[in-house]
Amino acid sequence: MIRVGRAAEAPPFPVAAKRALGNAQLRRNVRHATNVIRGKRAVVVGEMPDWEQLRDAAHAIKEHTVRYLDFYLEQFEENCTRAGGSVHWAADADEANRIVIDIMRAAGRTEMIKVKTMTSDETGLNRALEAAGLVPHETDLADLIIQLGEDRPSHIVVPALHLNRTEIRDIFRGAMNRAELTDRPEELAAAARQFLREKFLRVDAGFSGANFAIADSGSICVVESEGNGRMCVTLPRVLITLVGVEKVIPRFQDLEVFLQVLARSATGERMNPYNSIWTGVTPGDGPQEVHVVLLDNGRTAVLQDEASRETLDCIRCAACLNACPVYQQTGGHAYGSIYSGPIGAILTPQLQSMEHSRSLPYASSLCGACYEACPVKIDIPEILIHLRERLVDAGEAPAGERWSMKAAAAAFASERRLGAAQKAARLAQWPFARHGQLSHLPPPLNAWTEHRALAAIPPQSFREWWATRERAGGA
Amino acid sequence: MLISLFITCYKDTLFPDTGKAVVRVLERLGHRVEFRSAQTCCGQMHYNTGYTADARALMEKFVRDFDGAETICAPSASCVAMIRDHYPKMAAASGDAGLHRRVDELVPRVFEFTELLVDKLGVTDVGASFPHAVTLHTSCHSIRSLQLGDRPARLLRAVRGLELRELADADQCCGFGGTFAVKNADVSAAMGADKARRVVETGAAVCAAADNSCLLQIGGTLTQRGEPVRCLHVAEILAAGDGR
Amino acid sequence: MSVSREAIFGRIRRALGDRPARANDYDAIPRAYRRGGAIDPDARLALFQSRIEHYDGGVHRCGANAIADTIAAVLASRRKRRLVVAAGVPPAWLAPRVEWIAEADTANEDLDAIDGAITGCSVAIAATGTIVLRHGASEGRRALTLIPDYHLCVVFADQVVETVPEGIARAQGAPLLTTISGPSATADIEMTRIKGVHGPRTLDVVLVGGPP
Repeated sequence: MIRVGRAAEAPPFPVAAKRALGNAQLRRNVRHATNVIRGKRAVVVGEMPDWEQLRDAAHAIKEHTVRYLDFYLEQFEENCTRAGGSVHWAADADEANRIVIDIMRAAGRTEMIKVKTMTSDETGLNRALEAAGLVPHETDLADLIIQLGEDRPSHIVVPALHLNRTEIRDIFRGAMNRAELTDRPEELAAAARQFLREKFLRVDAGFSGANFAIADSGSICVVESEGNGRMCVTLPRVLITLVGVEKVIPRFQDLEVFLQVLARSATGERMNPYNSIWTGVTPGDGPQEVHVVLLDNGRTAVLQDEASRETLDCIRCAACLNACPVYQQTGGHAYGSIYSGPIGAILTPQLQSMEHSRSLPYASSLCGACYEACPVKIDIPEILIHLRERLVDAGEAPAGERWSMKAAAAAFASERRLGAAQKAARLAQWPFARHGQLSHLPPPLNAWTEHRALAAIPPQSFREWWATRERAGGA
Repeated sequence: MLISLFITCYKDTLFPDTGKAVVRVLERLGHRVEFRSAQTCCGQMHYNTGYTADARALMEKFVRDFDGAETICAPSASCVAMIRDHYPKMAAASGDAGLHRRVDELVPRVFEFTELLVDKLGVTDVGASFPHAVTLHTSCHSIRSLQLGDRPARLLRAVRGLELRELADADQCCGFGGTFAVKNADVSAAMGADKARRVVETGAAVCAAADNSCLLQIGGTLTQRGEPVRCLHVAEILAAGDGR
Repeated sequence: MSVSREAIFGRIRRALGDRPARANDYDAIPRAYRRGGAIDPDARLALFQSRIEHYDGGVHRCGANAIADTIAAVLASRRKRRLVVAAGVPPAWLAPRVEWIAEADTANEDLDAIDGAITGCSVAIAATGTIVLRHGASEGRRALTLIPDYHLCVVFADQVVETVPEGIARAQGAPLLTTISGPSATADIEMTRIKGVHGPRTLDVVLVGGPP
């Protein structure tokens, strides 16, 4: 079954957003975090004289790759296999989890150390492993915080962004049995280092995602900051990598573009601390049993729609989340999906063939800040509109809205009808108007007046004024 | 020059003063203005909400209504963005070669009001006087779609007596977003509240913008809070103080 | 052949339909970004140094005949006395008064009790302060520069390029690659950048050659 975390069961965005808006701590944390990254990004992007050219190249490489996706996947499989890797294919979330469990069992492993990958959240891997009696250990600081706090990620790159230091301290105190911990970030990081070190040196199966799967060499590239990624892909004897099929890039050389735009967009750094690239098995260095699980789980569904297939260009930098004024108000949980913010609003429903998460394409004022920030130039506002069109064409729009839109279209069909509608509206507002303001309007307009004043419709429209002026002989 | 006004459906109905101000400014500069009364709406609301067939019908009507107009001016960045960014795509997708051709001919003749003044008419001083402190909200369509840059600001700075005060987070969306304001009213209101707060922080007496949709949102929020800041379209300020 | 593999490829091909020649399409990708460097070698080294120091890494310049002495001085100042040595590191670099342990004599668990590691590198990128290891003989297996808390890397002036594209071009062709841009870090706690979570918390670069 195709699964995107728990998105299929999530409440609609307006409902979840209202809840999030009531959480002042969350909103403060989200605002602070996104402001910081936005500021840092602006500096390191501003110093690049060829930023727009890099974006153009990044976009073109991804569009090219998607256009020839079958070729590049075949090439990757061939080269990875030749280097001693085992390549597996998972049509959906359940199959991916099954493959991982089978590999673990065949290798006689019961525990794994994991480096951050949204793809495993997508398939619900941890739950499946635990149900099979296997133990996954998250090792990214934020994912460790989420795991120990039994929480859910709220941002693609900084998943615990919604928690502050005190909340994190409390989680660590409980889970690590360290009552003496203070909330100093340095101390919390040191506690995580100590807690995880033992696992890195002992647990003999590693699990990762991939930022890039390089077709011409058959290599995997993992981009990270903390060093836990290097631990997980280097120290165990067995390594399993789960990667969405859209992550493939044509050539090693193409990293010259992506490694420049990814770090600057994601964390506002010139380069992230560590990138790890490995190709199948290297005797004497690192895992001697290397598996790559290529995942579909709805990606080929996204491919079917030419108008929105560009969604697959995403390199998961989350610059769009940081730029989005809606995300800034609500944080990620309100989207009900591990993929939140602008990219989440277009990716989540499409992975599920528009069966679920239908409120997400409307969770946007179409301001365009995401498109401006996107390093691969995905026209997110255009895709949001296209998805809205798909929902309307499928009969998914609420009846009230369809009726209002039909009425408006009818009113706009001719000047006579528009003039009549204007007059009718002026009459109809009379019971709601007081001192030039309208209040207690019927739905859906009550959604406006609940929060904002609304001035009454002026007694004379522009066209009426013009007509009067013409009759009086012009200027 | 003869300038054909596209007043936009919501300005026609809710903000007639903006249209009157545009007429006043253009006539003061010595140009003739026509208003083709057949016009109604550019189709943006339908397009953005996913009702593409309705939007296309409105596009076809717009093309008919403005057939032959040399210079079309609309005091709305969002409507001009609709025409410039989306009409060509919709026309191409229609498969109607004649429509496609007519749209391609028409689109370059459509100007947003501040674009028209600065780029086509070559003026920044329109002879206005407005001795008040004003802050300018740069709407999303004006900065991102049309890339108007500082054209509205330059026009305001040339107004006699006007003190232009910098708005913090000017490029942050006000939260209107068309049907978004109603479908996601809580988030929209929260975004509007942040924008209103920034406006009040400037201490300006007036908040200006090149779109009345933003002013509807910002003004509605300010009024709800009892803030005395007035919201005016840039055109209304440019029309002020010329003795009439 | 896996059923899923066939199904996935079937869906991909149905979605994409007929396409023109792939190679032409790849060559048509616009690459108007900066490929080569623009600054002179001295400026390049200075840029590299400033980037590493920005990450709180140490940079120590020396001439080609002062490598061992410089390394000894740096290690003394850091109070590092037991280091693992990548197999291909020239013995001439290894000053006395430090215990040098051969890579071959260390299992991963042993590395945990060692002060640090000494390696060379394949290429270094000035614009981003990046050291690139391809894990050949003078760089050691990956665990060497991962488990110990300290890494001393010897970089030669002619190994330093300015731009990322130049660095990637020189780094091609090896099955393993690690790029290091400063010590490990996280900003997961209230966006406060904390240095050193896993991986070496201290990095020193001995930069050989170029002006004194």
